[in-house]
Amino acid sequence: MQATICQTAANPAFFSAETFVGIIFLLTMGLILVGALIATTSKRLVRCVAGLAVCFTGVAGVYYFLLSPFLAMMQMLIYVGAVSILIAFGIMMAKPEEEDMPGHQITPFAGPLGFSVGALVFAALSVLSIKTSWQAFPRTGSADMHHMGILLLTSHSMVFELVSIVLLLAILGALVVARRGRN
Amino acid sequence: MFIFNLYNCLNTYLILGALLFGFGIYGLLSRRTIIGMLISSELVLSAASMNLMAFNRFLAPDPAVGQIFTLFIMAIAAAEAAIAVSIVISVYRNYKSIDTKDIVDLHG
Repeated sequence: MQATICQTAANPAFFSAETFVGIIFLLTMGLILVGALIATTSKRLVRCVAGLAVCFTGVAGVYYFLLSPFLAMMQMLIYVGAVSILIAFGIMMAKPEEEDMPGHQITPFAGPLGFSVGALVFAALSVLSIKTSWQAFPRTGSADMHHMGILLLTSHSMVFELVSIVLLLAILGALVVARRGRN
Repeated sequence: MFIFNLYNCLNTYLILGALLFGFGIYGLLSRRTIIGMLISSELVLSAASMNLMAFNRFLAPDPAVGQIFTLFIMAIAAAEAAIAVSIVISVYRNYKSIDTKDIVDLHG
């Protein structure tokens, strides 16, 4: 393997800091797996939202491993703190039926069909990512917050402003759509 | 021990992202209520941003750009979730159900 893409340390001892970090990473991966499993296969929607929050916490941990503690914080704030709570409120407002089992469908084979399509997509993407020989470019910038802030307000300022407009329109649109028909 | 060094490999993150994506596709296709589909679409979005962050960490020349892009994906996802929940509330008010088999007025 290329040295930059898969850096294998020279066999660290079992009781070392690297092994400890590796165990924490395995736990994070388990968090993502368990969360996604609960979010997609649980019968009750409230449990699905709880699984979604667990999965997002695991993704925040992965962001931390990808050398971006800022995005890990943002993931916790936006996804775990806002989006999951929002969906939980949606469930409380809409009172869905208790049973929402995958496979408990209009067509009886939607569950197995969905499972096979999902498994196929997963297998195809995994094989593709293993077979491709990725090439790393030499580093030109740094990943710190200072550099990111400068980029946000110089070379990415247009998208920055557009995102703020999109958020404003989303707030207004959500208010208009949810208020309609409320005598 | 290779298994304790997984966090230094690009492929680990890519396969993890593919796994999340597959879970999201499965949920989108097999869920019966709109909220279940919304939860699965959030899984798909976070899989995409995790992939971007992995490429950003291992391959990209400027590691700030991927973080900025992921930040924008988060903003779009938050807006999308807000709109979707408001649509769910509106649909529930009109149909007294969020089951997809009850919302078939456009069925033809």
